[in-house]
Amino acid sequence: MTDPERLETILSRYEGVAADLIPVLQDIQDEFNYLPKDELKIVAGRLNVPLTQVYSVATFYKGFALEPRGVHHVQVCRGTTCHLHGGTRLAEGVVRRLGIEPGQTTPDGQFSLETVKCVGKCGAAPVLAVDADYFGEVGVDGVTRILRTYRKPK
Amino acid sequence: MSKIEFPLVTRNLGAIDPESLEAYAAVGGYASLKRALTEMTSEAVLEAVDKSGLRGRGGGGFPTGRKWRFCREAPGEPKFIICNGSEGDPGAFLDRAVMEGDPHAIVEGMAIGAYAIGAGQGFIYVGHEYPLAATRLRQAIAQAKEKGFLGEKILGTPFSFDIQVRRGAGAYVCGEETALINFIQGTIGEPRNRPPYPPQQGLWGQPTIINNVETWANVPVIIDKGAAWFAAIGTKNSKGTKVFSVAGRVKKPGIVEVPMGTPLRQVIFDLGGGIKRDREFKAVLTSGPGGGVLPRQFLDIPVEFESFQAAGANLGSGSMVVMDEGCCMVDVARYFLEFSHDESCGKCTPCREGTKQLLKILTGITQGNGTEEDLALMEELCATMAAASLCGLGQSAVNPVLSTLKYFREEYEAHVRDKKCPALVCRPLLTYTVDPETCTGCLACLRECQVGAITGDVEEPQEIDQELCIKCGMCHAVCKFDAVKVES
Repeated sequence: MTDPERLETILSRYEGVAADLIPVLQDIQDEFNYLPKDELKIVAGRLNVPLTQVYSVATFYKGFALEPRGVHHVQVCRGTTCHLHGGTRLAEGVVRRLGIEPGQTTPDGQFSLETVKCVGKCGAAPVLAVDADYFGEVGVDGVTRILRTYRKPK
Repeated sequence: MSKIEFPLVTRNLGAIDPESLEAYAAVGGYASLKRALTEMTSEAVLEAVDKSGLRGRGGGGFPTGRKWRFCREAPGEPKFIICNGSEGDPGAFLDRAVMEGDPHAIVEGMAIGAYAIGAGQGFIYVGHEYPLAATRLRQAIAQAKEKGFLGEKILGTPFSFDIQVRRGAGAYVCGEETALINFIQGTIGEPRNRPPYPPQQGLWGQPTIINNVETWANVPVIIDKGAAWFAAIGTKNSKGTKVFSVAGRVKKPGIVEVPMGTPLRQVIFDLGGGIKRDREFKAVLTSGPGGGVLPRQFLDIPVEFESFQAAGANLGSGSMVVMDEGCCMVDVARYFLEFSHDESCGKCTPCREGTKQLLKILTGITQGNGTEEDLALMEELCATMAAASLCGLGQSAVNPVLSTLKYFREEYEAHVRDKKCPALVCRPLLTYTVDPETCTGCLACLRECQVGAITGDVEEPQEIDQELCIKCGMCHAVCKFDAVKVES
């Protein structure tokens, strides 16, 4: 068990019924940056939900990760408008620069990459997001400059 | 944001501080809830919504009043109401704008709806991609509770109602109402067969109303202005306004709200500003992966449920992605199938396997491996999926394929017969060359090329070895001088 106190803080916000499962997992994902196995076992017991169902939910939804995500979360929008404005090439450009495929994390743990369906910022297509920052009209040649600002040690 | 010609739903966007209940109240906010609770019976509220002719804005276009009545009259307590803020269709961002820009309007609309059908608890489902919307809605709910517009004995009346926000976890299928119910219940978002419909058996088996963001935001307006006023806007069977998010190859992407019946052309050319770089309009994609394309001969149809359906499209979620001559219809169909295949929950075979096979065929066509038989095979597959899929995802995933095949068959034929992409989009069918006259020898392309197909000295024209070229198009994307030429 990694950190029982952090988990308790999360669980204390809920009634402890089966319908709390997804919000609890979301809080764990936000807090731990992934869903640690030991925590999931405790959650299953406390919400009285079979561990198989916890696993089923954790793997059905794209917002959950069973492995730790990178410090920075890079999202390339694959919405329709982004697609029409070179989103595919942008995604390929990011894949090449980070050296990882969507769904993976860089070996140094700095970046994880995800393609998302639409961030709803179609007026600025193609869009790249790092954590909560959105970058619009990003060309392939602009990717390195954007990533560099996050690469700096914190 | 583009000019809003007729704001009902978007009335407060950008005009008030969305984080302030006082700002919302200052423009008449919560007056409709107060009127409903203190001057109207719940039956009268339902009657008003029914008479207004409001139809669900989430895609189905089902009469809202009738849905509410089913729920009100269904046996079973407690009853629930849900706001569907999934807005999963790529290219749609109108609900996001309302949730972020006018969250109290949704809260007020839901409270009025809850009063009409007798619900005590509501849920707002907010798409995974919209964290700010979830924050704003939670804040609005907390403020409304503090001021007595939500919670126990609202405004001193016997009516009690509360709302919880549920943030999506990243599954497009949760926009489907039965999948959404499963999500709120804490399980995986797989849809189930209907009937029973949610107004009879919804959340935890109880009568439940599910309406989308735009529908809920219309409710306070109807109570404020009256059913007759609302019903006077629009066409015979489509009342009120429709909000669209217009994006793609238009000069002024943004959100527009027009009375139902407004010509499509006006939405795209007047409000959307026309086509970027004044290129030729080719088609508009409506309603995302479950919608269809409307080519230029439909530019003068009115925006309303019936005319869109007759044209093979869907008013649906209200997204409009405008395409010009530089967009390939086969590529667009392939793009949507990639999406639908990825988002298919896998429960039913027609959708799970059908999207997979359609994607495989379409990918083959865009890579120059398609045959004419493929086109007939796709039509057959589409017919099966439309008839046999469990939910709207699979049933409507065929629409982009069928509508592009119907209106742009010659483009498919160019791909399968001549192995050419007329719009110069499908990269395996293209040839990249460097124009020695315009090339400055900056080496941007050479540095980008992963396979070493580009050679040449600094400040000398570059050359692309066609044998080595993998047609990734990166040289074209990074060239600042337009020196990389593309042909098919």
